[in-house]
Amino acid sequence: MDFDLSEDQRLLQDSLQKLLKDKYGFEQRKGYMKSETGWSRDLWAAYAELGLLGMPFAEADGGLGYGAVETMIVMEQFGRALALEPFVSTVVMGGGFLRHGASAEQRAAMVPEIAAGKRLLAFAHTEPQSRFDLHDVATTAKKDGAGWILDGRKGVVLHGDTADDLVVTARISGQRRDREGIGVFLVPATAQGVSRRGFRTSDGQRAADITFDNVKVGPEAELKGGLALAERVVDETIAALAAEAVGCMEAAKDLTVDYLKTRKQFGRPIGSFQALQHRAAEMMVCLEQARSMAMLAAMMASEPDAAERRRQMRAVKIEVGRNARFVGQQTIQMHGGIAMTMEYAGGHYLKRLTVIENMFGDMDHHLAALSEEGGVFLAA
Amino acid sequence: MELRFTEEERAFRQEVREWIDANLPAETRERMASGRTPTKAMQVDWQKRLYAKGWAVPHWPVEWGGQPWSAIKRFILSEEIQSTPAPSPLGFNCNMLGPVLIAFGTEEQKKFFLPKLASLDLWFCQGFSEPGAGSDLASLKTRAVREGDHYIVNGQKTWTTLAQHADWIFLLVRTDPNAAKQQEGISFLVVDMKTPGITVRPIITIDGAHEVNEVFFDDVKVPVANLVGTENRGWDCAKFLLSNERTGQARVGASKERIRRLKLIAKEAPGGGRPIIEDPRFRSRLTDVEVQLKALEMTTLRVLADENRQLSQRKPNPASSVLKIRGTELQQAISELYVMAAGPYGLVAPHDPEADGRNEPDVAEDWQTLAQATYFNWRKQSIYGGSTEIQKNIMAKAFLGL
Ligand SMILES: Cc1cc2nc3c(=O)[nH]c(=O)nc-3n(C[C@H](O)[C@H](O)[C@H](O)COP(=O)(O)OP(=O)(O)OC[C@H]3O[C@@H](n4cnc5c(N)ncnc54)[C@H](O)[C@@H]3O)c2cc1C
Repeated sequence: MDFDLSEDQRLLQDSLQKLLKDKYGFEQRKGYMKSETGWSRDLWAAYAELGLLGMPFAEADGGLGYGAVETMIVMEQFGRALALEPFVSTVVMGGGFLRHGASAEQRAAMVPEIAAGKRLLAFAHTEPQSRFDLHDVATTAKKDGAGWILDGRKGVVLHGDTADDLVVTARISGQRRDREGIGVFLVPATAQGVSRRGFRTSDGQRAADITFDNVKVGPEAELKGGLALAERVVDETIAALAAEAVGCMEAAKDLTVDYLKTRKQFGRPIGSFQALQHRAAEMMVCLEQARSMAMLAAMMASEPDAAERRRQMRAVKIEVGRNARFVGQQTIQMHGGIAMTMEYAGGHYLKRLTVIENMFGDMDHHLAALSEEGGVFLAA
Repeated sequence: MELRFTEEERAFRQEVREWIDANLPAETRERMASGRTPTKAMQVDWQKRLYAKGWAVPHWPVEWGGQPWSAIKRFILSEEIQSTPAPSPLGFNCNMLGPVLIAFGTEEQKKFFLPKLASLDLWFCQGFSEPGAGSDLASLKTRAVREGDHYIVNGQKTWTTLAQHADWIFLLVRTDPNAAKQQEGISFLVVDMKTPGITVRPIITIDGAHEVNEVFFDDVKVPVANLVGTENRGWDCAKFLLSNERTGQARVGASKERIRRLKLIAKEAPGGGRPIIEDPRFRSRLTDVEVQLKALEMTTLRVLADENRQLSQRKPNPASSVLKIRGTELQQAISELYVMAAGPYGLVAPHDPEADGRNEPDVAEDWQTLAQATYFNWRKQSIYGGSTEIQKNIMAKAFLGL
C-alpha cells in the first residue's frame, strides 16, 4: 500500500489548486452562482484545458485513462472551493455511464465533446416516491418498434437544467420496486416530450425537475447493464462525493482554526478557550476519519465484486456523513453569528456537506442496508 | 409536590384552546404550521387580540396588565399558543424590555411604554451585540455622551433581529469609558428608530432569510428621559434581561408542535417503499427526541414555578441556562429530523423569486423545501442569547463553583 501521490498526481493537484485559488475566491463564486447557468462556463473551459473533463475516459475514446485516485484529487479541490460546475454530473456520473454502459460508437461520439467541455450530462433517477432507492422506478420505457417510448417524472436532477443529454432510469418490466426490469437510457435533453423546470438547490447549485411525456428514442438509447450499471456508477459517485466532502471539511476546519486564532473576546483569542480547542481537535479527528474513508472509496471504486464494493461504499457514505455533519455544524458554532451569514464562506460548507449527505442515501439508509448485508466485517 | 395538572388547569387549557381556535386567523395558522415565521402584520394583529383578552403579558404584575395566575397557568397559555401554532407575544417587548422596565424603569416610563409593549403598538428590537462584542457583551463600544438633556449616541450594533420592523430599539451603550470595570460604564437606553442618524442595513442569513440587521448610530440624539435605571448601571438591566431571554428559549410547546406535525408528514413521506414513519430507524430517532423533550418540559415547569420569586428579587436565575442549552439542542435536533424526512427532495431550495431574480417553479412540497432552510437557520439557536459555550461557562461558575 502506498498513500503518497505520484509525481503526475501531485502535478494535477497543484495545477487545479492554482486555478481555483485564482478563480474561485468566495466573491467570484457568488458571481458564478448568480449567472444564468448558476456556474462558470469560463471555468468549465479551463477545466477542459487542464484535461479534467476527459480524465476518466479511456485513451482510445479520447480521454486520459485516469482512475479513481485522480478523481479523488480533483474532487477534493472542488470541495475546498465549493465549486459549482457540473463535474460530478457530467464527468463522474455521465462519464461513468458512458464508460461502463455505452457502445463504442456512442463513446466515440460523446467523449471528445465532453472532454472539450462542449457536452454536459446529467443523471435523472430520483422520483417523488423513490427516496434513496435506485430500484424504485415508476418511469416507464415501452418498446416502440426497435426503439423506446419513455414516460414519467424525475426530480432533483442535479444540473439537469443545463445538460445536453440525460441518463434516465426507466422501468421496462415488472413492478415499481422490482430490482429486475430496469433500463438505463441516454436521452437528448432536447428530445420531443422532455420538459425541464430548473431550480436552485439548498446549497446554491442548480437542478431540474424533468417530465418525460411520450419521449421517443432509438434502440441505441438503451445502455447495457440496467440496475447493476446504475449501482456501479452511483458507487463511483459516492467515492467522488466523499472526496469532495473531505475538501469541504478541510477548508471549513482551516477557516475555523484561523478564526479561532484571530477573533478576540474577553481580551483574548477565542482559540485560547479550551472548550473550543477540544472541539477544533475533534474536527480534525473527523476530517482524518473522513479522509481515510475517501481513500477507501477510491480504492474500492474499481472493485469487481459488486456486493463487496457496495458494502464498502455504504460504510464510506455513513462515516463521511457523520463526520461531515459534525464539522459543518461546528464550523458555524465556533464562529458565532458571522458564519450564519450568506456573505461568509463558513455556513456554505455546512450547506454543501448537507447536500452531499443527502445524495445517494443518507446515513440511516446505508446503515439499514449495510446491517442487512452483514456489516463491514463479514462473519467467517 | 403535585405533579399532575388539576381539574381547573385542564379546564383552562381547554378554554385557551377554544379561544385560539375561534380567534386565530386561518392564514396565520397555516403560515406558521408550514414552518414559516409570521409576517409583521400577522404578529401585530394576533398580539392585539391576545392583549384585548388580557393574555399578552400574563407574567407581568396585574397593575401592568398581568394576570394573578400560577406559573403553571401561564405555562399552559404559552404552550397552547406555541403548539397551535400561533405567534407568541413578541419576546423583545414582553419578555425582555417589559420586565426590565417593571424592575428598573421610572413611573413615567412604565406608564408610557408598558401598555404599548403589551399591545405591540410599539415594536422593539434588541441592540446589544456589536461586531466586536458578542459573547463578551460588556466590551461594547457604542458610545453615549451626555450633552444637556440628551445623550449623543455613536456606534454600531449588529445581528439586530427584525430591526426592519421595529419602531424602537433598546440599547446598551458605553457612558463611562474610564470605569474601573467594563461592566460599570454601561447604560441602558430606549431609542426611537425614527431619530435622525439611525441607519438599518439588512444581513441575509445562510438560509436566504432577512431577519437580522446592522444598525448604525451617527450622532443620534436621545433624551436623557430615555435612560432606563441608573446611568452606568445598565449592566444590571442587561443581566436580568438575558436570564429572562434564556427561559423563553426552551420553547417546548413549539417543539411539540413541530414533532406532531412531523409525525403527520412522515405518514405520507416516502421512506423506501413505505411511509418513512414506518422506518424503524427514523421512528426511534424521533421517539428519542420526544423523550428528551418530555424531560425538558418538566424542567421548564420547575424553573417557571420559581419565576415569581426571581422577578421580585430582580435576580437572574442560573437554571435558565439548562433550558437554553437543551431547548435549543432539541429544536436543532428536530430540524435534522425534518431534513431526514425530506431526503432527496430536501435539496430543493425554498422558492424565493426575490433572491433568485427569477421565478422558479414549485417542484417539491413546502415542508420539503423548508426542511434544510430551517435546519440551517436554526444553527443560530445555540449562538444567540448567550451561546451554548457561554451557558456552560455560567453553569460551571455559578452552579458548580469551578
Ligand atoms: C440569527 C441571530 C440573531 C441575533 N439577534 C440578536 C438581537 O436581536 N440582538 C442582539 O443584540 N444580538 C443578537 N444576536 C447576537 C448574538 O447574541 C451573538 O451572536 C452571540 O452573543 C455570540 O456572539 P458572536 O456572534 O460575536 O460570537 P463570539 O462571541 O465571537 O463567539 C464565537 C465562538 O466563541 C465561543 N466563545 C466565546 N467566548 C467563549 C468562552 N469564554 N469560552 C468558550 N467559548 C467561547 C462562542 O460560544 C462561539 O462559539 C443574534 C445572533 C444571531 C446569529
